Amino acid sequence: MSALNSKGEKLFQLFWTIFFILITCIAMVPILRVISMSFSAKEAINASRVTILPIGFNTEAYVKSFQSGSFARAFGYSIMLMLASTVVNLVMTVLAAYPLSKKNLVGGSVIMTMFVLTMYLNPGVIPEYLNVRDFKLIDTVWALIIPGALSAYNMIIMCNSFRGIDSAIYEAAKIDGCSEFRTLTSVILPLVYPTLATLGLFYAVGRWNSISDVLYYINSSKYFTVQMVLKQFVESVKISVEEGMTSNLVADNIKSASIVISMLPMLIVYPFVQRFFTKGIMIGAVKG
Amino acid sequence: MDGKKKSTVKKKGVGSMKLYLRNSWQLYAMLVVPVVYMILFKYKPMIGVVVAFKKFNVFQGIWNSPWVGFAHFKEAFTSADFWSALKNTLILNLGDLVIGFPIPIFLAIFLNELRSSGVRKTTQTLLYLPNFLSWVIISGVATQLLSSSGLVNNIVNALGFNSIPFLSNSFLWRFVYWFFGVWQGAGYSLIVYLAALMATDASLGEAAYIDGATRMQRIWHVTLPQISSTITVLLIMQIGKLVSISFDRPYMMGNTLVKDASDVISTYVYSIGLAAGRFDFATAIGLFQTVVGVVLVLLANAVIKKMGQEGIV
Repeated sequence: MSALNSKGEKLFQLFWTIFFILITCIAMVPILRVISMSFSAKEAINASRVTILPIGFNTEAYVKSFQSGSFARAFGYSIMLMLASTVVNLVMTVLAAYPLSKKNLVGGSVIMTMFVLTMYLNPGVIPEYLNVRDFKLIDTVWALIIPGALSAYNMIIMCNSFRGIDSAIYEAAKIDGCSEFRTLTSVILPLVYPTLATLGLFYAVGRWNSISDVLYYINSSKYFTVQMVLKQFVESVKISVEEGMTSNLVADNIKSASIVISMLPMLIVYPFVQRFFTKGIMIGAVKG
Repeated sequence: MDGKKKSTVKKKGVGSMKLYLRNSWQLYAMLVVPVVYMILFKYKPMIGVVVAFKKFNVFQGIWNSPWVGFAHFKEAFTSADFWSALKNTLILNLGDLVIGFPIPIFLAIFLNELRSSGVRKTTQTLLYLPNFLSWVIISGVATQLLSSSGLVNNIVNALGFNSIPFLSNSFLWRFVYWFFGVWQGAGYSLIVYLAALMATDASLGEAAYIDGATRMQRIWHVTLPQISSTITVLLIMQIGKLVSISFDRPYMMGNTLVKDASDVISTYVYSIGLAAGRFDFATAIGLFQTVVGVVLVLLANAVIKKMGQEGIV
């Protein structure tokens, strides 16, 4: 198109490029702010001199937040919990999705409907709590793994991914004498690894970030996740906001360091997995 | 497909059924654990909903506790706390709908018009990042930005004005809640809309251009109609969620000074059910929320279908 180089078009491109750069910069301010606070000297913070670049660079806050035993312990525990529950989630999702992806499985559509219904019929927090209590899981680590072991939504995404594989591949595996289980583990799973990675990361992020189930099901602090410990830090500030004080129970730089540390697993993996996530959303979106 | 298979199994009788099972017993074996899980952890709690109609006693259990009919619902509908929680839920969700829903559409449309793929990719990547942060973190970040000693008020003070009570004034707090909702969620919707825009037919826009349509005319009459089904689906889903509200976001963003704006159904159920131990009453409120939610989804879906769009149910 000839108009691609017209003056109006150039102005349009320039205007919106600047617009999006500005929007992105504004969106990054909250994250930059907390990072710079975590590396700044206490005096600079107290004098409100820190904006979005650290002043008086030091890593003391990080050392201190890991010296407070509860945070370091919760961090290690949360990482383990995240890994374990992601494995459980993926195994459950694949176990349900693979058979249900077979269109000629007798009874498959009934089971599928039962799974789909669980997305709309939510019994609510209390019946779920009573159920977890019936199984004597309150205040155990299982209360954080089992109730969310399988998401129907993710299972459908996995299912669609299995269905997207060329049927010739299934037939070839069958002719070669593979059992269904063998076909799944040796032939099909390697083919759907982008979906598998995406769902695994969705599950992992969900587990890492969740606070409600810890609040509902866990009483003893030894099962507190990073988010729960961080919540106590954050709330110490809320109290000071409510009382109109400027002094906090936990120093600002230590709190900021704790926030940055709890973001860290997400910030580290994000650049690598971003393309998977984008893909995953699109799979979900196509499904509607 | 499914019905066809069933009928062939029936016609050929037991022999073919055996053959079918020999080939596919492993598929059923795989399903055992997920189905048992689903029954025990998704369907069993649904039966537990009867607690809403009982005077629940921990020692008697769900089944032996006496029935009370709709007493808990009556109590809820006459309780000021309940109406206030419902009102706040609706206000916060409507704000998300009015403010939060159009923003990603707007961003996606203009981002899609940009020719520099570098700017497109970077914007997309960075705006999606907050989606991976928990509400505990966001609440901590919000306090650092907006408290009386936060970054924004430092700037306001430096300009010679008094601090703005973002976190302690109910009216302002709502905007903080909505703003961080957009901050956290817009990147996700942006990617959904960009994906929908990629799938549109570029030649239609070119034809409109040759016919002399301006850029705005092309966006309004050619681009938007092509992604309207995606917009519709997301809109139905959001309308269906008008009475349900997540727990983490209002619970973490709220504080006692803005209770009159931040107490919503999810936090009300938590405080009355788990913190105060009134399981039956809290279950009734949760049930009310689910029922209204399902009705809203079906209504929204019916309206959308009447408008000639494809629905989701």
